[in-house]
Amino acid sequence: MTTTVQVTADAARLIAYGLRPKLVPARDDVYRSLVLRARTDDEFIAAVQAVASGLDLVVLEISERSGIVVGSVEDSVFAVKMTDYARRTGGEGKAAERVLHALAHLGAATLAFPRPADLANETYLGRISVDGVDAFVREAASRLAERAAESDSGDTAVDQPGLESAWHAYTRRARTGSTGDGRALTSSTTGIVGKALTFLADQGLLVRTGTDRRGTFRTTPRYRVQVREAGVVMFDELLRLGITEISDGSATIAVGWTAESLTEL
Amino acid sequence: MSQTGSDIGFAQRVKALACTAPLHDLDSRKAQVQSADFAVYQMSELALNAIDLVTLAMDFDAGAPPERILADLAAFAARQMPGRDDAEHSRVARWVLENLLNVGSADRGFRAVYGMTTSDGSYSRYAFDFKLIEEVSGADGGIFLRATNEAVNVLVGALEIDIESAQIAADLRLETLIKRGRLSDAQAAAQAARYRTIQYGEKLRQRLEATERDVRTVDWLHEMPQFIAEAIEHIEARYKAENAILVNITQVRDTADIPTRKLQAAQLVEVVRDCLRRHEQLQAALQGAGRRFRAQQDRQTFAPGSVAASLDLHAQLLVPALALTVMQADDVLAAYFGRGAGVSVPPALRLTDLFLALVTPPAERELLGGEIEEPDLDETEEEPAFPPECYELLDDLLDLDVEAPRRLSGLLAEARSLHPELARLVVVRVVALAAQEINPAMRHGAPSVFIAVDDGTPLHDPEYGGADLIVARAAIEPASVDSYQEAEAA
Repeated sequence: MTTTVQVTADAARLIAYGLRPKLVPARDDVYRSLVLRARTDDEFIAAVQAVASGLDLVVLEISERSGIVVGSVEDSVFAVKMTDYARRTGGEGKAAERVLHALAHLGAATLAFPRPADLANETYLGRISVDGVDAFVREAASRLAERAAESDSGDTAVDQPGLESAWHAYTRRARTGSTGDGRALTSSTTGIVGKALTFLADQGLLVRTGTDRRGTFRTTPRYRVQVREAGVVMFDELLRLGITEISDGSATIAVGWTAESLTEL
Repeated sequence: MSQTGSDIGFAQRVKALACTAPLHDLDSRKAQVQSADFAVYQMSELALNAIDLVTLAMDFDAGAPPERILADLAAFAARQMPGRDDAEHSRVARWVLENLLNVGSADRGFRAVYGMTTSDGSYSRYAFDFKLIEEVSGADGGIFLRATNEAVNVLVGALEIDIESAQIAADLRLETLIKRGRLSDAQAAAQAARYRTIQYGEKLRQRLEATERDVRTVDWLHEMPQFIAEAIEHIEARYKAENAILVNITQVRDTADIPTRKLQAAQLVEVVRDCLRRHEQLQAALQGAGRRFRAQQDRQTFAPGSVAASLDLHAQLLVPALALTVMQADDVLAAYFGRGAGVSVPPALRLTDLFLALVTPPAERELLGGEIEEPDLDETEEEPAFPPECYELLDDLLDLDVEAPRRLSGLLAEARSLHPELARLVVVRVVALAAQEINPAMRHGAPSVFIAVDDGTPLHDPEYGGADLIVARAAIEPASVDSYQEAEAA
């Protein structure tokens, strides 16, 4: 009986390590021994899973590199809420604001793992910057804008703001701006992306490597796991809306080159 | 009534009209500025000047630095009201620029509402969002200004035109105008041609930047080679046209007899020269485009990836999400954000802890900090590497006669017979001797100095290899004062 309690206590301790994302097993002996135990001890891993599900958490990965990575399920007490994350994002009329913040996060992940293979590669390290992420999302949005301009369907009906396209909401927002007192404009898209990347760095998912281009960051193994999980969940959501893009795992726009096209340049 | 081509044309005209609204708005609002008397300035003219300045200062790589634009714009304001002081001129410049940016709105842009008759005959209103000048970040983290396409279109008085065809028209116009001698019109046309060139450069710059981020976002198979071919063709044609124009107007300039006409021609020469310079710049960028693409392709596409496929974030998530309406995207992206942002740990507080934390007086800190204790350091003596008797034996052994140097092999043999570890010590000492300098020994007044000389004889020894050195004690003879001084001088 005591042993069961002991196993549960250890399992809970391992989960607690997972809630401190900046700790890595390499820096903590107890953590490392618990991670090693989780890889070999079936009873222990079952206990870890049970404790996690009791807390409304999901164990995404246990590895020596990133330790235990836990994700929160919807409505969990541990979930990051958008209204806590950014002020003035609650309520009906603020959908566009929420979309911008979430797009910044998705854009960061996409630029960090541009190819499907990068997301599958455990040792891949992505490098991103605030300006880079903003330009990347803006580029993707302006491609859609060009397509819409061709069919002249870009503009939104005034009485139905909810039917505005997400790309439109992004492109019409200012890229950057000065505020008079030298600070960056937080409501601009670079301000929003900057907030996202700083937040992810605080969460131990990114590591700040410099201040060039408004802040440069590299990914951590934990981020890859988190993005993969979030991506799958989001893909399911898109599937529910009937929007699917099937990928065979190769790059989406194939670059085919012939000798002639090279000489054309 | 179905939506016809004329309706789309109508929408474009309405939009063109809307782009000028912020400029007119300046003039209607200038009287409401409480802090100063702005009513005397022609604000829409200043705004056009500002857009002009920004457009012309836009280079292939950078935008226009706001300080410079403000300074130049203040000069225009000064021209309008030379009686007012410089501080007001720069305030006017700032007011105009801030209004063109629409500082204060969340988007820093403008929105115009226009109506159109849709395919089912009903009339519905749409919002048209546009910017005139936008702030972009430069490479060094500073902020630059760039004129948008809408602004350039307001400036040249046409909307949504294809760059290439507009350029040909502008060229024809320019040539005709010069031929007819209408120089002021020609100058306007030349400036218009220059804006088109800038637009080409801007488009290329955007494409190249996108390629650098992700080669897949730009279609390098069809679109880009075509664009580059078009742009090079454009440069070639422009180059011919502008050189012809340059010859023409230089002639006009040199033969003109009215001063204003001469001045106009001279200005036109400047504009065309600037065009030529920009074209060279654009051409250099175009020539480098292919190389830059290939470098990026090498870096991105050909980097080895693992075979295990997973989600394609760009094609499967980002692009579909951007295409959704805000309402749908809100739900879908919330799912991503909830999982992707990690976990937040809510603080779990016990009331007793809170109480204790509140009633505990803050720890007082002494100004100089606590007392520093002297650290107790153990003194450890260094143990000699060899037994002490070895050193005595060594001294005896090396107490050589000045006249009788010995070979190392002989010393080693004798050392082995005296003590088992002595041979090693002898080697260490002799090797150290080989590097001994005579000058320090002389300075210390030593009567003699040990030297070890290699005469090329190899050492045959079971333990050590190398040269069989000649070890000798060389006596130091005090030199005569003269020779010593000679040595010093040398």
